[in-house]
This record gives sequence, structure tokens and C-alpha cells, in this order.
Amino acid sequence: MDDSILLGGAAHAFRLIASGDARVYEAAFTSIWISCTATAFASAIGLPLGFFTAIGRFKGRVLLVAILNTLLALPTVIVGLFVYALIRRVSLLGPLDLLFSPGAMIVGQTFLAIPIVAALCLTAIETLDPAARETAFTLGASRKRLLLTVAWEARHGLLVAVAVAGGRLIGEVGVSMMLGGNITHYTRTLTTAIALETSKGEFAVAMAMGLILLALALGLNLLLRWIQGMRGGRLG
Amino acid sequence: MKRRVLGLLGSAIWLLSISGPACKKETAIKLATTTSTDNSGLLDVLLPAFTKESGIQVHVIAVGTGKALKHGENGDVDVVLVHARAAEERFVQDGFGVNRRDVMYNDFVILGPRDDPAGVGGMKEARKAMAKIAESTAYFVSRGDDSGTHEKEKELWKAAKVKPSGKWHLSVGQGMGVCLTVADEKQGYVLADRGTYLAYREAIDLSILVEGDPALFNPYGVIAVNPAKHPHVKHAEAMKLIEWLCSPAGQEIIAGFEKNGGKLFHPAAGR
Repeated sequence: MDDSILLGGAAHAFRLIASGDARVYEAAFTSIWISCTATAFASAIGLPLGFFTAIGRFKGRVLLVAILNTLLALPTVIVGLFVYALIRRVSLLGPLDLLFSPGAMIVGQTFLAIPIVAALCLTAIETLDPAARETAFTLGASRKRLLLTVAWEARHGLLVAVAVAGGRLIGEVGVSMMLGGNITHYTRTLTTAIALETSKGEFAVAMAMGLILLALALGLNLLLRWIQGMRGGRLG
Repeated sequence: MKRRVLGLLGSAIWLLSISGPACKKETAIKLATTTSTDNSGLLDVLLPAFTKESGIQVHVIAVGTGKALKHGENGDVDVVLVHARAAEERFVQDGFGVNRRDVMYNDFVILGPRDDPAGVGGMKEARKAMAKIAESTAYFVSRGDDSGTHEKEKELWKAAKVKPSGKWHLSVGQGMGVCLTVADEKQGYVLADRGTYLAYREAIDLSILVEGDPALFNPYGVIAVNPAKHPHVKHAEAMKLIEWLCSPAGQEIIAGFEKNGGKLFHPAAGR
């Protein structure tokens, strides 16, 4: 391993952050808002999906669980291809002119994250102590009340589901590259910028951006932990 | 429930679509080009000058030549700027593009290890050098990604009457930069555009062994996506870009562009 890449990268990262390098801040900002928006959409769809798969009693439940878990293996490029086929200008959603825009990236990342959120939510609820549910039942809790109880009991797991999805999205390249197009000042995220700088042979810059990306992910995770701790402290 | 989710998704997509492109006041066109063009830094000088004059923003999508043309075929972009003459002519013949114009050219060089095990250093004809490399035991690193550079490799192999296959032919399937790094690590031969080589010169231990053969010239063409095939393309704006690139103003910027101590492109419009 060439240490000029590692050490140079670390040094370069500090320089870029300290000097307020516009390219890096812009890409970081794009990464954050796109991934956060997509995580929000994916949670809005994935959490209910996981929830009802976990507690529902319906035909094909086992199959749905298997499908959700299988979709965790989905390569980002395939998600990109799938969404590309949906939104390219000659297709169904073509008139929206989404391709190569932040909107396209959000749609793609949402699809990528839905199975993650749903599968982890499902696991979080399935691994709950069934006694809690039983108790609520015997106490004569209404259905709505029961759902809230289960959600509350599983809150840590649900938060983890959202955090994992967010982490996955902020670090993914395939969807962003394919649907966003890595356009300067528009759809360039930290990850696509890293891919670009690497292809240009600017290894130190790429490594620096990678370190900044990791720092961002750490920040987001600490924030979530903090929310978790705060909630837990206040309520129980 | 299902309805509500679908509704939510629908409105979300609608929101995205209006908040995306609509919030920019200037018109923006999409240009698909090759990574080597974008990596050279030329577009960072060229396009802002065009935007200043015309008020038209240009969004650059940098991919391999094959994919850039594919995006043109599918109407994903409004205009393409690529370097693969044969593929460009096919693109126009098949009705996907109109108004193809020569913009500029740069050239390819054959790089190899300093000790030059195949003994091609200083050869005047690229095809003979390629044949010699094939005969030797040294590696040849290929782009293998349908890029313009890959097309040129294939053209040269054909001229050399060599079928590039076997352990010595490493098809990497990635960009020029990665190929240079691989060629450096493996101390093999590689065909590279001069721009990328100059950018990498300090980082790699390979030198130029063959250059200057007209067969190594690398002409760039700009083509508007055919509005008859894809009515949604911004044809008028795309044509403005093409006209401007070939105008004295555009050509002058191309001629004056220097990087890493060398001129990378030579204007070619009106030749």
C-alpha cells in the first residue's frame, strides 16, 4: 500500500474542510439532502410495510418475507437500471423529465432503501418478546392501542432500520451515478465525486472525500443515538 | 392503504419533478460526453463561456463513448460529444443524430515500460507496433468498455491483423485512469489518449513509445440528437451549442487550452 494515498488523503481531507472547498461542501450537501429525503420516503413506505408483514396474518406472508430479504441483495446498478427504464424520456414517466436530476436519484435511492427498512423493521418486531403483545391483548387493548404498543416496544429496532438505510444511501454510488449522471453543481454527490476523482488518478482527493463521507455518516449516527437516548431517558 | 401509498408515491414524484428542473431559471441542455473529455478539464473552461454568451446551461454526463451514444439513441440527452468516428457515422445513419460536426482532435499514444520488452520504441506505424506487442510476452491492457479508446484499439488490431486474445491481453472494462494504473502495476503496454497520459505522467512509470502516426489521431464529433426521433429534445439549444463550439470563439478556447504543460486539443472545425 502506498502511504502517500492514505496519509496524503488524511492531510488533504483536513485541508479541504478547513479551506471550505466549495466542490466538497457542495457535494456533501447534495449527498446529505438527497439521501435524507430518500431515507424519509423509504421509511414512510418501508416501516408500514415491515410492520404489517410482521404482525399481519395473510396468505403469502412467508413469501413476502422471503422476497423482502432477497431484495436486500439487490445491486445498486440493477435498481438504477430498473428506475432508468421507468423514467427515461421515452418511457411512462418520461414527461416528468426526471432522468439525470436529483429527483431521479431520490426515486432510485428510495427503491433501494425500502427493502432495507422493511426487512429490518420486520426483524425488530418479530424479535420482540411475544409476552408484551399477549399482555396487551389480555388487558383488552384495542387494535390501535396494540399497534402503538408494539411500535413503541420496537422503537430502537425501528430507529436502527432507518439509520442503516440512511448509511447505505449516503454511501452508495451505483444509483447516483446512473440516474444522477454526476453533473457538476447539480447531481454530484460525495460518492460520485470519489468515483470521478479516482478515475482521474486524484487518489488523495478521493481518499479525502471518503474520509469526509465517513465523518458525515458518523455524525448522522451519533445524532440518531442521541435522539434514541433522549427519548429513552424521558419516557422510560 | 395501498391506494394511499400509491398516492403518496405519485405526489412525491410529482413534487420532485417540479422542484428539480423547474427551479432553475435558465434553460439547461444535457450533453453526453466521454470521461476522457470531461477529465481533461476542457469543458470546465469551454462550457461556462458558452453559458455566459447564450444563457444556456449545459449539464454534462460523462460516460464511455458507447454509453454516450446510447443515451443519445434513447433520447436521454440533447447532444453528444464523442470520439469514435465509425460509431458516430452509424449513429447518424441510423437516424439518431443530425448535424454531426468535427470539433477538435487530440491524439493517442502507445505507452509501455521503460525497458520496452517488445522493442516498439520509436516505431512510426502504430499497427506494426501493435503486432510486435502481440508477438512479445508482454501484457497489453485494454479498456474493454466500448469507449472511443477501445474502438481505436480494435481498429489498430484489425490493421495489424491480430486477434487480441490470450493471457497477454488484459481487458479491464474501466476508465482510462484505471487502465493506466493497471498497465503501470503490470508493466504492460497500453493505448491512451494524450490528455489522460499527461495527467497521470507523474504517477506512473510508463513512457510514450509510439506517437505521431495519423492512425493515432482522435477526432471529436458533436452531434445533435434527432428531434424527429425524439420530439422532446431541446434541439434549438443543442444547435446553438454546436454552432458555438465550431465558431471562432469556441475554437479559440480549444486551441488555447493547456494542461500539465501541454496542448491537449487542436481545433478541427471548418477543415
